[in-house]
Amino acid sequence: MLHDLSLTELAGLLAAGKVSSVELTRHFLARIDRLNPGLNALITLEPSAALAAAAAADLARGSGKNSPLLGIPLIHKDIFCTAGVRTSCGSRMLDNFISPYDATVVERLKAAGAVMLGKANMDEFAMGSSNETSYYGPVKNPWDTSKVPGGSSGGSAAATAARLAPFATGTDTGGSIRQPAALTGITGMKPTYGRVSRYGMIAFASSLDQAGVFARSAADAALVLQAMAGFDPKDSTSVDVPVPNYAAALDAPLKGLKIGLLEEFFDGLDPRNAALIDAALAVFRAQGAETRRVSLPHLPLSVPTYYVVAPAECSSNLSRFDGVRFGHRCADPKDLLDLYKRSRGEGFGAEVKRRIMTGTYVLSAGYFDAYYLKAQKARQLITDEFRAAFAEVDLVIGPTTPTPAFALGAKIDDPVTMYLNDIYTIGANLAGLPAISVPCGFIDDLPMGLQLIGPHFAEERILGAAHQYQLATTWHRQSPRGYE
Amino acid sequence: MSLTRQEVEKIAHLARLAITAEEMPVYVQSLSSIVDFVAELARADTGDVEPMAHPLVGQHQRLRADVVTEVDMHELYQANAPAVQSGLYVVPRVIE
Repeated sequence: MLHDLSLTELAGLLAAGKVSSVELTRHFLARIDRLNPGLNALITLEPSAALAAAAAADLARGSGKNSPLLGIPLIHKDIFCTAGVRTSCGSRMLDNFISPYDATVVERLKAAGAVMLGKANMDEFAMGSSNETSYYGPVKNPWDTSKVPGGSSGGSAAATAARLAPFATGTDTGGSIRQPAALTGITGMKPTYGRVSRYGMIAFASSLDQAGVFARSAADAALVLQAMAGFDPKDSTSVDVPVPNYAAALDAPLKGLKIGLLEEFFDGLDPRNAALIDAALAVFRAQGAETRRVSLPHLPLSVPTYYVVAPAECSSNLSRFDGVRFGHRCADPKDLLDLYKRSRGEGFGAEVKRRIMTGTYVLSAGYFDAYYLKAQKARQLITDEFRAAFAEVDLVIGPTTPTPAFALGAKIDDPVTMYLNDIYTIGANLAGLPAISVPCGFIDDLPMGLQLIGPHFAEERILGAAHQYQLATTWHRQSPRGYE
Repeated sequence: MSLTRQEVEKIAHLARLAITAEEMPVYVQSLSSIVDFVAELARADTGDVEPMAHPLVGQHQRLRADVVTEVDMHELYQANAPAVQSGLYVVPRVIE
């Protein structure tokens, strides 16, 4: 079936003229029509624009053009600005916002010939771990529609897992790519901070936000990252480091690769989860990798550190939504203060308001040193400990999440319990490190993820190790029932 | 509760958020639990560590030449505005 093929296989069919981009696009649009209503993964569909882009890709191919993503459909998380298309960020605040320009990620994938089918549901302003904070309603997990898909990029993850597109974009501020990838049984990659441009990606916590990719294998993720990554003068934190050939790095042998087991990740870990990680380690060892334990004593502070730093940055970033230049405005404001307060009070959902208020509190006079400055010190300690670990090992490994997908509604009323979902993913964001989640087995018939974290700009090593793991395992080839 | 209703009302005002009377108890409770949770940081010995300024070593905020790179697109941008008149954003009167 077309929707089960890898990007390389699809590119081969397109290059050989066995299928056209228009046919491929129709195939995925038909799946979206049939399957999306049960998942709510996409909130904006662009069938006419998609078919036009596909026809243009076919025409370009006919005139001799070729590239790995030419004519391949994709779905963008609705956090990326798309010119002329609603960009809601999952919020009532931006329900009426038509972006005047494309994000750099969107522009690059367009230039690579990829065809946007539509835009994916997400937690409002990327704040959430279950995709239940979206103004457009929750996304369902295709493995069990009574369960959450994870978040914040829950729509992108569910859509990729349900084969509604060969790949999707996402963003990861505290785990928002890796956690939903794990909970939906797919591969999710968060690159190094600064590797992919943040221009046109609606800001949540600017020192943590990074764009990345959902795909069904590390090999596919490598092809997509190739098109997304690279220096962008429009993003002042974009890093001017050459982009290596990720696909060429996939075949590097694992012999001698030193893998560290993060001790802190295994404290109190569900034994069934630990058994999956042990089994994965055996796969790496069988290929000649060496494993040893490493300890990051301050890593357990990641979650409280994050829930100071991220809300602080969010309260600052979201001050731009003032009801004046774009976005929701309340009816009949009696004065400017009333306009600000009611537009924001009505436009933002409960979790976003909670984060803005948390951030306002930790930045306010009298609390700044105790919370914000303290958190930035803890963040430095955690980053230093990662750096020390990477002097000893090439990659560190652990679970992506503590548990498989949980029931819709189970944690939404208890923010701290919800925040603890990101206990294993936040460290990489605080330290700006690249990381991937790949499927590594099942608990209670629900998929689980294995996380690989590397030093800055070690995307090649991470993708290579993940690819070698996927050559030796079949977890990433499992489809949820009803979506084969 | 580590935060009082009055404190949360003040935070909401500083954040320019209208919070209804029915919503307020939920925020007092949940913000208190978040503040208690992050208070764990106080126990960490951070010694004389410098607060982190950038995730990547040696990176700093890049500057660009002070030249105009954008063309005038105010009509396109203002198409998203709730109220515009003669190319200006309209807000309630602020000067009597």
